[in-house]
Amino acid sequence: MIQADLTIILPEIVLAVYAMAALLAAVYTTKDGLAPLLVWTTAGLMALLAIWIATNGDGTNVAFNGMFVDDGFARFSKVAILLSAAAILVMSQEYMARRDLLRFEFPLLVALAAVGMMMMVSAGDLMSLYMGLELQSLSLYVVAALRRDSAKSTEAGLKYFVLGALSSGLLLYGASLVYGFTGTTLFSGIIQTVQDGEISVGLLFGLVFLISGLAFKVSAVPFHMWTPDVYEGSPTPITAFFATAPKVAAMALFARVMHDAFGGVIKDWQQVIVLLSVLSMLLGAVAAIGQRDIKRLMAFSSIAHMGYALIGLAAGTELGIKAMLMYLAIYVTMNIGTFAFILMMERDGKPVTDIDALRQYSKREPGKALAVLILMFSLAGVPPMLGFFAKFGVWQAGVSAGLTGLVIASAIASVIGAFYYLRIVFYMYFGAENEDPIETHSSPVLWVALMGSAALMLVGVFYQFGIEGAAAAAAATLVN
Amino acid sequence: MDNILSIVTFIPAVAAGILALFLHGEDVAAQRNAKWVALVATTVTFLVSIGIYTGFDPSNTGFQMVEEGEWLMGLKYKMGVDGISVLFVLLTTFIMPLTILASWHVTDRVKEYMIAFLLLETLMLGVFMALDLVLFYLFFEAGLIPMFLIIGIWGGANRVYASFKFFLYTFLGSVLMLVAMVAMYADAGTTDIEALMSHHFSSEGFSVLGIYVVGGMQTLMFLAFFASFAVKMPMWPVHTWLPDAHVQAPTAGSVVLAAILLKMGGYGFLRFSLPMFPVGSAVMTDLVLWMSAIAVVYTSLVALVQEDMKKLIAYSSVAHMGFVTMGIFAANQQGIDGAIFQMLSHGFISAALFLCVGVIYDRMHTRDIEAYGGLVIRMPAYALVFMLFTMANVGLPGTSGFIGEFLTLMGTFQVNTWVTAVAASGVIFSAAYALWLYRRVVFGDLIKESLKAMTDMSSRERLIFAPLIVMTILLGVYPSLVTDVIGNSTAALISNYDMALAAAEAATQSAASH
Repeated sequence: MIQADLTIILPEIVLAVYAMAALLAAVYTTKDGLAPLLVWTTAGLMALLAIWIATNGDGTNVAFNGMFVDDGFARFSKVAILLSAAAILVMSQEYMARRDLLRFEFPLLVALAAVGMMMMVSAGDLMSLYMGLELQSLSLYVVAALRRDSAKSTEAGLKYFVLGALSSGLLLYGASLVYGFTGTTLFSGIIQTVQDGEISVGLLFGLVFLISGLAFKVSAVPFHMWTPDVYEGSPTPITAFFATAPKVAAMALFARVMHDAFGGVIKDWQQVIVLLSVLSMLLGAVAAIGQRDIKRLMAFSSIAHMGYALIGLAAGTELGIKAMLMYLAIYVTMNIGTFAFILMMERDGKPVTDIDALRQYSKREPGKALAVLILMFSLAGVPPMLGFFAKFGVWQAGVSAGLTGLVIASAIASVIGAFYYLRIVFYMYFGAENEDPIETHSSPVLWVALMGSAALMLVGVFYQFGIEGAAAAAAATLVN
Repeated sequence: MDNILSIVTFIPAVAAGILALFLHGEDVAAQRNAKWVALVATTVTFLVSIGIYTGFDPSNTGFQMVEEGEWLMGLKYKMGVDGISVLFVLLTTFIMPLTILASWHVTDRVKEYMIAFLLLETLMLGVFMALDLVLFYLFFEAGLIPMFLIIGIWGGANRVYASFKFFLYTFLGSVLMLVAMVAMYADAGTTDIEALMSHHFSSEGFSVLGIYVVGGMQTLMFLAFFASFAVKMPMWPVHTWLPDAHVQAPTAGSVVLAAILLKMGGYGFLRFSLPMFPVGSAVMTDLVLWMSAIAVVYTSLVALVQEDMKKLIAYSSVAHMGFVTMGIFAANQQGIDGAIFQMLSHGFISAALFLCVGVIYDRMHTRDIEAYGGLVIRMPAYALVFMLFTMANVGLPGTSGFIGEFLTLMGTFQVNTWVTAVAASGVIFSAAYALWLYRRVVFGDLIKESLKAMTDMSSRERLIFAPLIVMTILLGVYPSLVTDVIGNSTAALISNYDMALAAAEAATQSAASH
């Protein structure tokens, strides 16, 4: 029995053991001297695990009496999490080394966060959910404050920690209510008590608190306040990491709780998600307009994008989950490319995040400017870029679930949002000349990440590498 | 050639790719190469597209030369032309080489300029050929990107404002249309335009937010599509982006905008609104007719007081598009034939007028009417060409402008005489502003020192105008060239439209009697 359980959870064990072993190795040897090597081995291990999970997983396996679920949905999310985390690690190595930020803890904390995220998306129980969530969150609090001598970075870490603790409290309170009113923490047990479509007031309270805690993790409005500050204050590679893998994990966990534990009472949580979604899209669109700092801008952009992804969840259907997974995969790809570019932006070796600095950038670097242009239009959801198909998918799910009002609101939000993406294009292509232009230091890795993700935005329109089929299969295992 | 439509559509895109990948440098030779590649590509596209015209069978009212293939997310790559779209395809391929020629003097970022125009051509052709809802939307919407850049990078002083206004205005209309498209997909289970034309969307009335919607789902969808096409057209009162975009765009950009991009709105009405939402269209007909009549009169009056030549012609475009929407929603043979004719004719005439402005703008670098006067003394050939197109714009018999206006007015007269009466007065206004513009620019004494060194049109400029002159007069004296091609398709469109309305009528009556 226990051996079967361990086999199912093997990828997580491998990654966790690796992280601990590497930590010891680094502490007892040259410490930070080992960091570049650790970045590459961690990324490599994550990529290998992703391939392993993608090719070997089969069917739905339950371990530890239902606390850990390994199904198509979990595997899809894990592959996305591991690949994006690996990509971000590889991208950050040179940036951090040049700025003397590369500590050996960084790759290992990312690895531990990844273990937490894998745990989250596989959670089959409120306990394992919380374990995964906290492992991920604690690692993220630390990396946010990685630049110890910078006030902004420590401030970001502290803010993230305090607000994160608050949200964990909400989540735990919700979990305790749910336990109190259902008598079980297992999702499979909870869903049985709410099977008949009726839900007691106490359980409803618990559900709302759970949703609040989860909404904090996906930075949905009104639980988004930490996002801009943390994005701005953290070192850019960390921001890039925050914008990708944890978002996928949190959204996947959100969907898992809603469908696995509360799948019978969709109408009870649907309206809450609709509200979160509308608010996130509108606030993300409007608040980003005034931003001058590209990292803050991307923070609001990610808030808006989570709003769009939530449409898929709000639909409460298999189509909706499929659209949400597609949206996340495309969103992560776009963000990797965009952050690769942000990592390149610098002047005299110092990172620059002011979008004003991009003026007439296209004259100096036409290739990179074109790639950013494609990414910006894709983020705005303008066809023929892949970002349009992401939006099309969630809208399709929303309309067929009868959420036409939500879809119309999101259409309007997407027009408002288009403005700030266009403004970046405007600065690069036809803004007035800047007296103090930026340079873009491009390492081969960053160049590949930027160009590759831009190319995917176009190639994806013709061929999506089987992601669509995988997302459909994953959605089918979650919603039944 | 089985896939001639795809070939025509993607020749410019391939040329753009070649320019992007293989052409480097900003020196004179590189610039010349970029121009020649673009010119050759657009000319070849035009020559190949003649094959579409010769292979087209006007007696067949269905889609022809259809290509079909699987695409992602259950969508299809499906292209085809019918009588309504085939001439727009030709209009596009015909105008594009002329715009490239008209851009011969561009020196700033020539390679990117040519790539933008070539991509724009592919996207515009795709709009007219796409037979899948989402494919159509993709082409329709993607066209905004190159146009945004064309106005933004190569535009005039206030280009940033104009490009953002252009993009966001049209984008808002389009996303609402996309929502309706998604709803259609959910309702009909397909995005195939051919299948959607025979699909019946519910026209049963219901309440939304306490307001009773006559025509139900069809009316709502009509409104969503209307939001997009009315902005694109552009109809009064959502036309305000057009003067800004025209004034700030470079000459070739204005030409493409006026000659082709504006036609997408009218084409959209004919392809989607009338055949797919007949009840919704019927409910909204009066509103659209009056909006058109107001557009004709109001924008003509606005045109009278303009001091910028391009702005004047832009407002005149809005007025002429008013005739088009009027004809389309008259929903009879004369009206729709006239609307299509008017769109094609306006494609030639407005292109020529913007090119006329371009000719003197290139010499004087101002579009102020005040700055000119007496040009006929230095530029007799130019005066003649400008005269011809001014007259065509006014709708002088013998030019294509007359046929379009006359047919649409005749069609509308059978439906709503008051609208026709109001719109007909617009013809007089158009004579007023066009002739007054001509008088102020071309006639009078040549007193301004700066104008005394003006040279007449170069042979390149004459070459650009020659085909436009031929087409304007040819269509003016021999309109069957167009009406024979479109006639059967519009007849089929109208009979389907009438049948759908009769069926809906019968359904409501039987429901009422029960």
